[in-house]
Amino acid sequence: MSIMVKVEEKLYQNRYIVDESRPHIQIKSAEACQTCEKQACTFCCPAACYSRNETGGVTLVTDGCLECGTCRVVCQDKGNIAWDYPRGGYGISYKFG
Amino acid sequence: MVEKFDAIVIGAGPSGNAATYTLAKQGLKVLQLERGEYPGAKNVQGGIMYAHELEKIIPDFRDDCPTERHIIEQRVWLLGDDNYVGTNYRSEAFNTDRPNRYTIIRANIDKWWGEQIRKVGGLQICETTVTELIRDPSGKVTGVRTDREGGEIHADVVIMADGVNALLAKRAGLQAEAAPENVALAVKEILFIDPELIQQRFGIKEDEGVVIEIMGKVTKGMVGTAFLYTNKESLTIGIGCLISDFKNGDCPPYRMLEDLKNHPVIKPLIEGAEMKEYAAHMIPEGGYKAVPQLYGDGWMVVGDAAHFNNAAHREGSNLAMASGRMAAETVIELKAAGKGYSASNLAAYKKKLDDSFVMKDLKKYRELPGIMHGNKQFFGAYPDEITAAAHNWFTVDSVDKKTKEKAIMKAFVKRRSVMGLVGDAIKLVRAVR
Repeated sequence: MSIMVKVEEKLYQNRYIVDESRPHIQIKSAEACQTCEKQACTFCCPAACYSRNETGGVTLVTDGCLECGTCRVVCQDKGNIAWDYPRGGYGISYKFG
Repeated sequence: MVEKFDAIVIGAGPSGNAATYTLAKQGLKVLQLERGEYPGAKNVQGGIMYAHELEKIIPDFRDDCPTERHIIEQRVWLLGDDNYVGTNYRSEAFNTDRPNRYTIIRANIDKWWGEQIRKVGGLQICETTVTELIRDPSGKVTGVRTDREGGEIHADVVIMADGVNALLAKRAGLQAEAAPENVALAVKEILFIDPELIQQRFGIKEDEGVVIEIMGKVTKGMVGTAFLYTNKESLTIGIGCLISDFKNGDCPPYRMLEDLKNHPVIKPLIEGAEMKEYAAHMIPEGGYKAVPQLYGDGWMVVGDAAHFNNAAHREGSNLAMASGRMAAETVIELKAAGKGYSASNLAAYKKKLDDSFVMKDLKKYRELPGIMHGNKQFFGAYPDEITAAAHNWFTVDSVDKKTKEKAIMKAFVKRRSVMGLVGDAIKLVRAVR
């Protein structure tokens, strides 16, 4: 019983203050992702920020990031994610939390 | 900036708020730094708030604290594919002047905390991310660096209440990265709906609330739980599993949440409600064995950043408030005694925690996380067999009861073997003893 779900529709309800062209999370080495068998970030991220790309690597778009930290935890054996908080005042701004 | 504070508290969640308020109330010069747009902007909680710990800090909080509903009924459900077995506890005795548990909307509570902190003279500054601890050559923490211009701020002691990610302690080498089996990822939605419908569907009056804690097939065999809480004009629904299990599986968390919302038992309860926010947050689940170093020269760590969460009882915010208060009380006592904030003096904070329910409860359940992690049958096989047994037992079909009993026992033995069943019983006892 798994239904198709568009996470974009969920994220659309959220308030974000986007820090243009200053992503707070970065993939350190694109090559390291290409050799990563699991690419767990692509299905563990609750905002689907990570997706497998045509080169077999992973593309990261942080705009919908919920700042949970899961990607950093799943990638710690590879250590290929540089994870920081957004600058003060930027990023997800929960109205309810 | 040359200004110096008695204490800096990093983060405006339950632990940081408790610490800041307690310090400010005693007249200490305290600065609280929060990276969100406003207090609560980065915080996520289910959420249930336990009154007792808050009462210790703000005895008359009920006068104006924006809680949702006080809880009069607790349901615990084990979900099968299209059914559930459950227990409920409901009591009129929960309808008192001083209820023990409330559903809350985190952001509302944190804004209220901000006002309380201001009232007692605490300084709370938002939109400021602390980037690192400042340490003197001996390693003693003497302040923090922020992302504001000229953003160095000094204090006699720094209390890290920066939440489950605890980046500051990790960066300073004071704490290791959390293992995937020691943290859960939870996702949740807030669903707005006519309060009349909430009251009808859950059989409650205005201000009364019901909480449902859920285990079973909805976590797809992963170690995890789900919940459905009643707020005043909304419902909160969420699900969380260990990150190690998400990593080994292939089900994204938002799909798991959507499946929960469409479960035949859950769907009628949330039908017609409008989703207004989708949130995700990590939860410390490693328990006693995952608690990091809690203090050192010039610093203490509190709340989620210190891994204070009692997964077995779904308690976190009360441990957070208690630890924040105890860290603050330690500072107040040392200052009054004219002592400094060396590691050996701040050991008093750990002593307070050890003597309280915080560490006592974590210690009691110290084996639970490992046992749950290594025994997935509690999240797959047992929900199957228990709900199937209930279905058999409650279907009246002219099969005699003794034959039914045998069939149920046989199903359990087939799934787990006799030794397996005995072993599971022993594990459960060990986990909670």
